[in-house]
Amino acid sequence: MIRCVRHVTVFCALLLAALLVNADRVQFVQAPSLARNPANRRSLIVRWDRPRGDIYAGPERLTGSRDTGGRLRYRRTYTAGPRYAPVTGYASQTFGTTLLENAGDAVLSGTDPRLAPVPLWQAVTRAQAPGGRVRATVSPAAQKAAFDALGGRTGAVAALEPATGRILALVSSPSYDPGSFAGAGPADVAAWRRLTADPGRPLLNRAIRQTYPPGSAFKVVTAAAALESGKVTDPEAATDSPDPYQLPGTTTRLANEADGCADASLRRALELSCNTVFAKLGVDVGLPAMVRTAESFGFDAAGPAIPSRVTGSVFDTAMDGAQLALSSVGQYDTRATPLQMAMVAAAVANGGVVMAPYLIDQETDAHGSVVAVTRPTVLHRAMSARTAGLLQRMMLGVVTDGTGGNAAIPGVEVGGKTGTAQHGVGNTGTPYAWFICWARPKGASAAPVAVAVVVEDAAADRADISGGGNAAPVAKAVISAVLGGG
Amino acid sequence: MRTTTADAPPPAVRRPERRGAELALLVPAVLIPLYGYVEVGLARRGAVPPGVAGYGGTLAGLAGLAHLAVRLRARNADPLLLPIAVLLNGLGLVLIYRLDLQTPGRAAAPTQMMWSALGIALFTVVVAALRDHRVPARYGYLSMAVALVLMVVPVFFPAVNGARIWIRVGAFSIQPGEFAKILLAVFFAAYLAANRHALVFTGRRVWRLRLPTGRVLGPVLAIWAVSVGVLVIETDLGTSLLFFGLFVIMLYVATGRTGWIAVGLLLAVAGAAVVGSLEPHVHGRVTAWLHPLAGTTTGQGAGQLAQALFAFGAGGLLGAGLGQGHSILIGFAARSDFILATAGEELGLTGLTVLFLLYALLAARGYRAGLALRDPFGRLLATGLAAILSLQVFVIAGGVTDLIPLTGMAMPFLAQGGSSVVTNWIIIALLIRLSDAARAHHPARPETP
Repeated sequence: MIRCVRHVTVFCALLLAALLVNADRVQFVQAPSLARNPANRRSLIVRWDRPRGDIYAGPERLTGSRDTGGRLRYRRTYTAGPRYAPVTGYASQTFGTTLLENAGDAVLSGTDPRLAPVPLWQAVTRAQAPGGRVRATVSPAAQKAAFDALGGRTGAVAALEPATGRILALVSSPSYDPGSFAGAGPADVAAWRRLTADPGRPLLNRAIRQTYPPGSAFKVVTAAAALESGKVTDPEAATDSPDPYQLPGTTTRLANEADGCADASLRRALELSCNTVFAKLGVDVGLPAMVRTAESFGFDAAGPAIPSRVTGSVFDTAMDGAQLALSSVGQYDTRATPLQMAMVAAAVANGGVVMAPYLIDQETDAHGSVVAVTRPTVLHRAMSARTAGLLQRMMLGVVTDGTGGNAAIPGVEVGGKTGTAQHGVGNTGTPYAWFICWARPKGASAAPVAVAVVVEDAAADRADISGGGNAAPVAKAVISAVLGGG
Repeated sequence: MRTTTADAPPPAVRRPERRGAELALLVPAVLIPLYGYVEVGLARRGAVPPGVAGYGGTLAGLAGLAHLAVRLRARNADPLLLPIAVLLNGLGLVLIYRLDLQTPGRAAAPTQMMWSALGIALFTVVVAALRDHRVPARYGYLSMAVALVLMVVPVFFPAVNGARIWIRVGAFSIQPGEFAKILLAVFFAAYLAANRHALVFTGRRVWRLRLPTGRVLGPVLAIWAVSVGVLVIETDLGTSLLFFGLFVIMLYVATGRTGWIAVGLLLAVAGAAVVGSLEPHVHGRVTAWLHPLAGTTTGQGAGQLAQALFAFGAGGLLGAGLGQGHSILIGFAARSDFILATAGEELGLTGLTVLFLLYALLAARGYRAGLALRDPFGRLLATGLAAILSLQVFVIAGGVTDLIPLTGMAMPFLAQGGSSVVTNWIIIALLIRLSDAARAHHPARPETP
């Protein structure tokens, strides 16, 4: 009997050992995969258990947190949601994070190891640092000017500082309020469904995620290619350009909206936005040199990370003469994001150097101590300083003597280029109105701002004037805000 | 080298009584839950809970009362039993209080405290009134009759959460099956002790196993079959598994025949297979055991078991800290069947291991009393009671950690449930009595130099 009791004791000890081994399996071996399981709400609960750190633009706080008292306790709020949505993105308890909310998530949520003063201790106690702050490069004045000037029309604005690549404004319209679906309730889901079903596509960030045919605004790139390749040495010299121009290998004749384009000089052709001159110039420069220049501006590559990834802009690398001619005036299948076109203008203003655009100025902990600062970096050299200088003068002429007169500001040198892009089957779609420009106060050596504006529903008869008529005033408002705001 | 000769009686060296040690161990057994109570308050509300003095005072008072009873009436009892029980009961109260804070309007801790007080009061009564552990042997058949009645009665009451195991009168509900397990242990011990020789030495031999005559084995087999049958009707799987294991273990200890273990295991496997495939309720449990996270991939969301596993996983090695986990996500059974998940999440693998070791120590002390006792009834009863504790812990802990299919039972002392707490205190009282007899009547041998 004693022997049997001993056996029973051993049996129960084995049961206990099985429990311990199994507990080790669940709590140690499987713990990471259990924590990752999407049905496990713990990470969400912990994540929203404290107020999230805020995003700032200059002195302006763009975000906030509201205590809901629910299980997912703090809900994100936005002080000027639609205006800043293309900058902040959203941080939703149900639908995840985008843009700065996504790129700065570790700092904002407090999980970034750089926020922990003593990382190992933090790991042991599982204490989390309070959410840090992300400071955006955006200028509140420029952002407001761009948003208001677009006035709800479908379109986008991208503005940056040419010398550094700091993004000063990023606007997409129509926009949305990221606060409307920040929570996890039925109202949030309904708001999200409405936004995703909206034919106006308010959730689309047109400034960095949508490519448009750049139209005549692309002529700046073609002009740069002509100067860099040596096809044109003197912008004042007359070119050998017929009007109209018959596309190579076709019977299609390309015409101009303006008069005086036959044999016009490069400068005058840019001012008048002559299709014939630039189409022929592109063919004369040739595909390899055109592609090389377009690539040096940032086309045909993955778009830059600002730190959200910008959609890549495209200049076709395999085309016949007619296609090359059309591509050289920003048609055929040439496509660019508004931010890419702002980089084109900025490269001209910055002596030919394209700076990498960026949206995060610095990240700090909850008390304001800096944990990370973004330093400007060079992305490419798009052209020589001489070419840039020649282009600057030509772009100034566009505003003073050409199609860009609507962007003129007294006391400020504004260099611009208008564009109206045909699109749709047989060019039946409403054209897109473009304006790209840079500006510097008279006498200043550097241009503090470069802007690209696209307005999708430009009702216009004359191609290039509509870029000047619809888009240039928006750019002007942004320039005034940047220069006026300092 | 033994210096005593064979014909000389061993010298009457009594074991030390160890009541001081028991009292000394009771101090941390009360202070640790008290500390946990304060910690829960600090973590969840940032302040020491207002009831801390009342809670600590009540727990200390009850522990003192129990200690006094042991000191006066069971001087030689094992000094570990009472402190471990007090510690587990106290920790259970802390965990229930902690879960209460997240479900406003449904406070279970005060009720549990009341039942604990009743349990300790009954403990005191049993220790004081039951002077000889052999007395219950006389009431074997009565125990059996009462146990059967207790188990059958809930059939006439409505099911709660799929199981017909409660008697509910107004707000007051008891689970009679809990009390039945002590009574059945007493019956098995009494019957097997009385019929040991008949069980071992009579009957036909089949292959290597000697089957006892139906006259001897029949009654006990019938009782067992009836109880398990009733439980299956009531869908109280955990208790049927417990009774089955208890019966096999006690039969094995009484007869010393290993064959019974084999027969028991075969029957268990066969029974589980049949019930598991035929009974939809059980079948669902088996499916959930095999694929605990299935619902999370098919979009149905995490079921209770998956939530419990998430809780255990979140605890990791050191735990989230009392009051800082989210095991409330498990739902309605968080305080009862799944309370171990809260322990696992907030105290971690470390805390869970300590809990398992406390239960193991409790059971080991029971087996130890069983080994030391000389009379078959006492030995069988001590072994049976210790087996009840071991099997319960295994069945419920194994169920919520996905080691075995979930059957739904109360973790001794830890889980919310009045009947369970009271029953477990009576088990401890009986073990105190048995260990007292074991140590008093079985003097230790002198140390050899």
